[in-house]
Amino acid sequence: MKKRQVHINKDHVVISIRGLEKSFGKNQVLRGINLDIYQGENLVVLGRSGAGKSVLIKILAGLMRPDKGEAMVLGKNVAQLHYRELDQLRLKIGFSFQHSALYDSMTVQENLEFPLRRHAKHLSEDEIQAQVRESLKAVGLLHAMNQLPSEISGGQRKRIGIARTLILRPQIMLYDEPTAGLDPITSMEINGLINHVQRQYHTTSVIITHDLTCAKATGDRVAMLLDGQFVRVGSFEEVFTGADPRIKSFYDYNFIT
Amino acid sequence: MQKQKRHRYVLSRQLDQFFFEVYAITKFTGQFFREVLLPPYEFREIVRQCYIVGYKSLALISLTSFITGIVFTKQSRPSLEEFGAASWLPSLVAIAIIRALAPLVTALIAAGKVGSNIGAELGSMKVTEQIDALEVSAVNPFRFLVVTRVLATTLMLPVLMLYMALIALMGAYLNIHANEQTSFPAFIQNAFQSITFLDIFSSVLKSAIYGFTIGIVACYKGFTTTRGTQGVGKAANTAVVAAMFLIFIEEMLVVQVINWFRN
Repeated sequence: MKKRQVHINKDHVVISIRGLEKSFGKNQVLRGINLDIYQGENLVVLGRSGAGKSVLIKILAGLMRPDKGEAMVLGKNVAQLHYRELDQLRLKIGFSFQHSALYDSMTVQENLEFPLRRHAKHLSEDEIQAQVRESLKAVGLLHAMNQLPSEISGGQRKRIGIARTLILRPQIMLYDEPTAGLDPITSMEINGLINHVQRQYHTTSVIITHDLTCAKATGDRVAMLLDGQFVRVGSFEEVFTGADPRIKSFYDYNFIT
Repeated sequence: MQKQKRHRYVLSRQLDQFFFEVYAITKFTGQFFREVLLPPYEFREIVRQCYIVGYKSLALISLTSFITGIVFTKQSRPSLEEFGAASWLPSLVAIAIIRALAPLVTALIAAGKVGSNIGAELGSMKVTEQIDALEVSAVNPFRFLVVTRVLATTLMLPVLMLYMALIALMGAYLNIHANEQTSFPAFIQNAFQSITFLDIFSSVLKSAIYGFTIGIVACYKGFTTTRGTQGVGKAANTAVVAAMFLIFIEEMLVVQVINWFRN
């Protein structure tokens, strides 16, 4: 499935990564990476498990600190923000976790209400309920409103997770392995939802995955992370038409095995 | 020689780990005192946690305290009767329950029930990235999860202790009434003759300290869970063991301090 073209504002860099390094003990996962992400684009970061993809978006969301370099998000250096400024920035970022991270003591409805009750205190009860219904409708799960996360499937949890992050209308979406552990049809639905979010809400997204189908279906650009560095950045075709054997083997294994 | 070296190495590693744990939990407690004063205050969540810690423990506390009251009275009777002092039974039972049994038994039950619950809940939130999800949605997870739970255990333990003392005294009264036909007002008058304000105050204070300990230890263990589902089980288990261990140490220290006041 090829992605439909969307308008990307290349004059406006939303995320700028410069010389980013991160190590865990002796294991250096990010070795001075550089990248600019433009307003309105879906950038897919591809790489093997343990390549540091999730570390990268955790640094962008301020969940981890880099050892060196800077990650500028909406013009602010995330690692240097005071916690109040970081919270302000986080309201503009939506983070969709690999395992959805829905609060399992709350129903689906309460999960969606939670960010609104915390951060949109000007809204009336009716407005909160209307927004929750609208978000659930957008992901096609209005019927699951009163269920607990443990009572719904993995794919439904992913969609609810995305709906929860969207409810505060973020400018940036960070997706951590959005199709991991899902069957091909549910994966396709999630890919469609990611593209719908981009078109409908004009978000800039960073999608972390090792699933090439997801990369091809959702990415305007693909960045290949190997050995702690971006070895190639470009369209899906540009990245996979080169002669680099490491990229070639990644492609072959994804589609042959 | 080689074996000795190995033993020494293992021992030094375990000591390192122990001191690191002491340092980490002290730091965690320090963070609690910093965060508890800062707004926003999570009143709704505190009330919800008080309900979970307090109301949901009532059935267990009721049953164990009632049995404790009956058994303690039954076992004390022969010794007092030997000295012709059976009439002191209500006083003895009241002193034992209010000064020692109620705070300690309530704390041990709460450590088992509430401590393991908090350890497992926060542990599973940690390994399923729910704590990270709170953080990225601009909610301070420490304030929302830890401060509320520690405040709830600190506030609810004294209430549960007083409730436990009351039910245990009821159990004691039933046993005494069955043997001596004592009326309830006479039992209460006799029981509270030797109870002072300091007895009740010190038990309330002790319970608050035990409640704080249970909350802090369980939250710390849950918050620092690693290694997936196996880690969650370990967090729940070590939360209970560590809290019980600390409660006994605190009991010893607090009794010493209260005895200074008593003299």
